[in-house]
Amino acid sequence: MEFMGYRRANGKVGSRNLVAVIPSVVCANDVSEAIVNQVSGTRGLFHHQGCCQLPPDLVRVTDTLCSLGSSPNVGAALIVSLGCEGTDHERLAETIAKTGKPVEIIHIQELGGASRAIQEGTDLAQKLVQKIADQQREACDMSEVVMSIKCGGSDATSGLASNCVIGYVADKIVDLGGTVVFGETTEFIGAEHILARRAVNEQVGQKILDIVAQMEGRAKSLGCDMRKGQPTPGNMAGGLTTIEEKSLGAIVKSGTKPIQGVLDYPQMITNEKGLWIKDTPGREPEILTGMAATGAQFMFFSTGRGAPQGYPIMPVVKICGNVNTYERMQHDMDINAGLIIEGKKSIEEVGEEAFAMAVKVLNGGMSKNEAIHYYSSIDIHCLGPVI
Amino acid sequence: MDKKIALKIHDIDNVATLFVNGIEAGMDITVRDKKGNEEVIKSLGSIPYGHKIAVRDIQKGELIMKYGEEIGGATADIKKGDYVHDHNVESLRGRGDL
Repeated sequence: MEFMGYRRANGKVGSRNLVAVIPSVVCANDVSEAIVNQVSGTRGLFHHQGCCQLPPDLVRVTDTLCSLGSSPNVGAALIVSLGCEGTDHERLAETIAKTGKPVEIIHIQELGGASRAIQEGTDLAQKLVQKIADQQREACDMSEVVMSIKCGGSDATSGLASNCVIGYVADKIVDLGGTVVFGETTEFIGAEHILARRAVNEQVGQKILDIVAQMEGRAKSLGCDMRKGQPTPGNMAGGLTTIEEKSLGAIVKSGTKPIQGVLDYPQMITNEKGLWIKDTPGREPEILTGMAATGAQFMFFSTGRGAPQGYPIMPVVKICGNVNTYERMQHDMDINAGLIIEGKKSIEEVGEEAFAMAVKVLNGGMSKNEAIHYYSSIDIHCLGPVI
Repeated sequence: MDKKIALKIHDIDNVATLFVNGIEAGMDITVRDKKGNEEVIKSLGSIPYGHKIAVRDIQKGELIMKYGEEIGGATADIKKGDYVHDHNVESLRGRGDL
């Protein structure tokens, strides 16, 4: 089975052909935004990091930006540097250029301030957009697909409808030889032993237990026990009996395949196939960045309450488990999995619908969030204090 | 009248989750699996929306299975059609505050 994608110089396949405008530091956001507003075909990655952070976090931010710029959905990149930031903007430009795509960099301080940088950046972005505009889509095997998955704004329907639909599609993509990545380490608590059992080997299983322990350790360092009182009284009133049940309701979206390994937050997937974990938090701006940095061509996002957001360089398809939410928010929700709850469709039927939607979006079809430019709030997950 | 739907996710699950309000003893519940196959079972008690019903007899000490995995252990004998929650299930992992 095939889809139509953009084949990049390094062999990777994208579902979009965008010019990414990448501020190397929060201080370059306004200049970047002005450029993006002026030049069609560009997307800005307006994050809030890159300076006054401890060295490991600065490396982490640089690594994450390297991966975002290297995403196959990005055809060319413009880096907007201030000049005195803590991130390594030269390494950023070099790493993205190694993928074979055109890269330009401007430095606001060197150019004489914001207005001059906006002018220079606009000219360069225009040039990049025109340079990649005529690239054609070509037939690519489904084994080249990298799908990312997430749930947010969950309710009682998520674990029984929308997450099960995503699990069905995840299994199907793995069966077709593709790659699926899921995260939200915080939601593994209580079922990490079950996930570890699904690992391909003992080392991977141990890594799964380790990332959960590390995440809990970070919460404990602030005096918080994330395991305490789970499931919450509200969860129990809603029908969740144990912490295992709560966590499995989130994990079911990963499907049933063996877990091949654990990726660090900034890490891009290379040629690995099958089901992978990425160590991310659950909050949208940070996990979506982590998933786009993996090189995912699109995301399936399960919701019950109705989470509307997307990501600048990665289409986000909303699978809604709640019929009322779907009807109220039809302009934000892509797939109605609530029909499963009503007994009108089966998980497999909606799963097939969702898979067809995935292929459509890979081919260039728009997710609803893309059509209304709902994708600008992003951030990078850091571990240490701001100084 | 609309069917009263409960969803069973995995073939080996011994519970299904109800998505109907006002379930009382004696009512017929339609349990659907992921392929859409249906089995009607009789509720043995009142069960709230979003809560679980046993789809077969479960003995004390047996694992409660949902999503094809264990979500806890039975602390009492449970009959097909019984309400399944914290009165007859306990976590195998314990709770952080207990």
